[in-house]
Amino acid sequence: MSALFLVLGIPLLGALALALVGHRAYARDINVVFSLLSFLSACAMTAQVIQDGPQFVWDKQFYIDPLNVFLVTLTAFVSLNTAIFSRPYMRIEQDHGKMTPPRMRLYHSMYQLFSFTMLLGFTTNNLGIIWVAMEAATLTTVLLVSVYRTPASLEAAWKYFILCGVGIAQALFGTILVYMAADKALGSEHATLLWSSLSDIKGQLDPTIMSLAFVFLLIGYGTKIGLVPLHSWLPDAHAEGPTPVSAVLSGLLLNVAMYAVLRCKVLTDGALGTQMAGQLMMGFGLLSVVVAAFFISRQKDVKRMFSYSSIEHMGLITFAFGMGGPVANFAGLLHMTVHSLVKSAIFFTVGHATQKAGTQVMSEIRGLIKVNPAVGWGLMLGVMAILGMPPFGVFASEFLILTTAMREQPWATPFLFLALGVAFASMLIRVLPMVFGDTTLKPLAHPPALIPVFVHLALGLALGLYIPPYLDGWYVAASRMLGG
Amino acid sequence: MSALGVFSQLMALVLALLLAPLLTGWVNQWRHWLQNKSAPSLLQPYRTLHKLFNKDSLIAEHASPLYRFAPYVVFGCMLLASAIIPTISTDLPLSPAADAIALVGLFALARVFISLAAMDVGTAFGSMGARREMLVGFLAEPALLMVMFCASMITGSTSLTTIVETLAHRDLAIYPSLLLAGVAFTMVSLAENARVPVDNPDTHLELTMIHEALVLEYSARHLALMEWAASMKLFAYSCIGLALFFPWGVAEANAPLALLLALPVLVFKLAIGGMLLAMIETASAKMRIFRVPEFLGTAFLLAVIGLLVNVLLGGT
Amino acid sequence: MIKFVPQLINLFATLILLLSFAMISQRRIVSLIHLFMIQGAALVAASFLLAYVTHQPELYISGVLTLLLKVICIPWMLHRMIRKLNVRWDVETLLNIPTTMLIGIGLVIFAFSLALPISRLSDAVAGGALGIALACVMLSFMMMITRSKAVPQVIGFLSMENGLLFAATTVTNGMPMIVEFGIALDVLVGVLILGVFMFQIREKFDSLDIHHLETLKDE
Repeated sequence: MSALFLVLGIPLLGALALALVGHRAYARDINVVFSLLSFLSACAMTAQVIQDGPQFVWDKQFYIDPLNVFLVTLTAFVSLNTAIFSRPYMRIEQDHGKMTPPRMRLYHSMYQLFSFTMLLGFTTNNLGIIWVAMEAATLTTVLLVSVYRTPASLEAAWKYFILCGVGIAQALFGTILVYMAADKALGSEHATLLWSSLSDIKGQLDPTIMSLAFVFLLIGYGTKIGLVPLHSWLPDAHAEGPTPVSAVLSGLLLNVAMYAVLRCKVLTDGALGTQMAGQLMMGFGLLSVVVAAFFISRQKDVKRMFSYSSIEHMGLITFAFGMGGPVANFAGLLHMTVHSLVKSAIFFTVGHATQKAGTQVMSEIRGLIKVNPAVGWGLMLGVMAILGMPPFGVFASEFLILTTAMREQPWATPFLFLALGVAFASMLIRVLPMVFGDTTLKPLAHPPALIPVFVHLALGLALGLYIPPYLDGWYVAASRMLGG
Repeated sequence: MSALGVFSQLMALVLALLLAPLLTGWVNQWRHWLQNKSAPSLLQPYRTLHKLFNKDSLIAEHASPLYRFAPYVVFGCMLLASAIIPTISTDLPLSPAADAIALVGLFALARVFISLAAMDVGTAFGSMGARREMLVGFLAEPALLMVMFCASMITGSTSLTTIVETLAHRDLAIYPSLLLAGVAFTMVSLAENARVPVDNPDTHLELTMIHEALVLEYSARHLALMEWAASMKLFAYSCIGLALFFPWGVAEANAPLALLLALPVLVFKLAIGGMLLAMIETASAKMRIFRVPEFLGTAFLLAVIGLLVNVLLGGT
Repeated sequence: MIKFVPQLINLFATLILLLSFAMISQRRIVSLIHLFMIQGAALVAASFLLAYVTHQPELYISGVLTLLLKVICIPWMLHRMIRKLNVRWDVETLLNIPTTMLIGIGLVIFAFSLALPISRLSDAVAGGALGIALACVMLSFMMMITRSKAVPQVIGFLSMENGLLFAATTVTNGMPMIVEFGIALDVLVGVLILGVFMFQIREKFDSLDIHHLETLKDE
């Protein structure tokens, strides 16, 4: 259980350290070191959980079970790789004049603090603290998104703050209602917001209160997931910040919000006995997939296009969890994992591509393969992966989701196919000219970081072909807990 | 229809007639004192009325009979209104004639006649005053009705005397909806009685007038009746406010001693009310005419919220 | 005396609702901050009353926290901000004020109807005030949408937090202490960040008009 304290303590310590020395040249390496240490502690914690099973830490305030343990490791892993990517990337940004030393200090310390809030959100047992962690994550990323101080980034950060703040306030109201239901069921002496205690008595929670609570919680945390129609902050925030921030926002923060919704869904399903929660999630998820796919066809900015792709995939994941059942839940968990890996890989390559071209407009980026074959191929493979080509992992999870949908919710399948098809075509049309063809781009001053890209893509590929037994066991245990 | 009932009814009418100018004088005095000016005597309104009744009336050549007739109608409305408002007693034989909703209708009737009379002579200021008066009235009436409904919902009746009796007999309780209704009512009475911040009764600038512009053309006894009716309107509104929100001290049926005590209690309450009115007037600035709809809209919505809060909190 | 307390709490609830409406219809920013301060004070009074009647010392702590944060600290920061930013004049709104009020009434009715079945289920002393708290949250939300300057948006956001805190206090006699501290910390940091932001927006755009922040669109 001490590994958890390391997992949480190291990023916090890192934030403090980088607040002091974040502007120096070696700060980038210190960032990587802290992320590496967090990742190692996460692995240690995972090993402990494999050995001892789900565990409580510190008087039941923290709870590690199959659902969050692999998410914690995934988060630590992707943060580590993003930190590795951010080393040369931010160095180039500083050379181009877009970052100054004080802002680097802010960037590095907020990066570590952001990791801390995400890990806190995953591991806490207290629904109220999940909320606090989500809000804190929003606050840290607001500062990260606006770190370039351009008018566009300020606008994106303001919109992000206000819209997510409003959304999260709805989630707070939902949390209050859950506490009220707990109060009613347990009496005020024993009323608690601890998820595990609530999960034990979920059959006794009042259905009226819980249904209203879930609606507010879905709307609130759904804003953070990027569900349509609450998504308008997402493309701006993901597109205007530095690329490492876009990678972690798309790859990791959306997962935390999804996780919060899942925890609440378990309680609601137990309290209500009906499928209301699942149906709501299916509705929002489907809407997000369709709307995002059509928006992709209108994009001219590469990062905005990929953020709409994030909305689409999160919509698909929400739809999967809404359907419920062992296969769909498994597929949803798998999709969360591979989406994080592949999307962050894409953002890494896109980051370097935009640095070469000096712009994010797609029509001005051409012929990446000629200038830097690794970046070009990375982007190509990443896009193939995210579009669901076999044998990448996204294909496997999308296949499972679609077949389950055809079996259980046949009305939704035409929409899903249509949306996925439109997204496929639009993205491919835009990416092919970016990668192939002639180019006017010049090479970068410093070698780009490409190991993270290919590590992620390799993992995405591996998960499509073969899921290791302990991962498989977690997915199955988690989907069983989710009620499948 | 006991003798005491008839007596209290007559007392209510006489008190309204006699005390209304005194209330206006009191408010005026306090306004002057608060503005650090020397005040006219408390009995000045009586002297003004006396002076006006002894003058010769001058009427425009092409004024219609409505013009001559209107002051009497307005005065009559105010008199009837005073008859059904429980100022010192709830034992009013005339009260079944009109309940709170009809009371609002009475004020509306007076307003219609005064506006028609103002437009009758055809002067520019008259029509302007009539338009503005109708604007204020159009927005103030729903607000006033909502306030009445608030009180009726709590007490279960729209008759003013029943409302007063029920509220006076309840245990001392704080009704949040009555708080909201009270604020709304204050705003409405400020508007209806032509007080700052809606209209300055002291103004001599015709372009800013609302109420004064309506009576600009009247003279002598007609003007006296209009002025008296205006004082009685203020008196009536104050008494409605006291009846809805501070109903204690009003005598019931068959209680002659209480009737005697009710008079000083009423005078005391009106004195405090007048002082507060003067303070509100001194502290506010007159608002521009196009802000008046916002002001009254706020009053209306406050009263509606008061109703809703009553439903929600179960009328605790 | 004890039987007065639920009524007093309802009275404070109504006062908070009244203040929310006053904030929607207010044009001057300085008055907005004062109204926000009074709303915080009413919230503190309600917490203390509830603590007195339910014998829960945690509510005293929560009340003191709210007092320090929402009545003293944040209004002071906001005053400093607007003095430095020099924004004092009238605020234009997206819709005119009577329309805003009418929509506000609609929201209040909606919030009340939503909360009525739930407050019937509550055993807490002031359970009926849940509808009022929800209405305050929605009114603040509307205030954030219909204002075109940055400072009223921030105040709307803070007022929304007030409404939520009030909901927590009335319906469940407060949240666990650690959650309350977390929320307070978040709010404080949020205001600080927003303050920093407003300076930068002012620097970049020479104005705090939100209309300048609408250029990012899908072309």
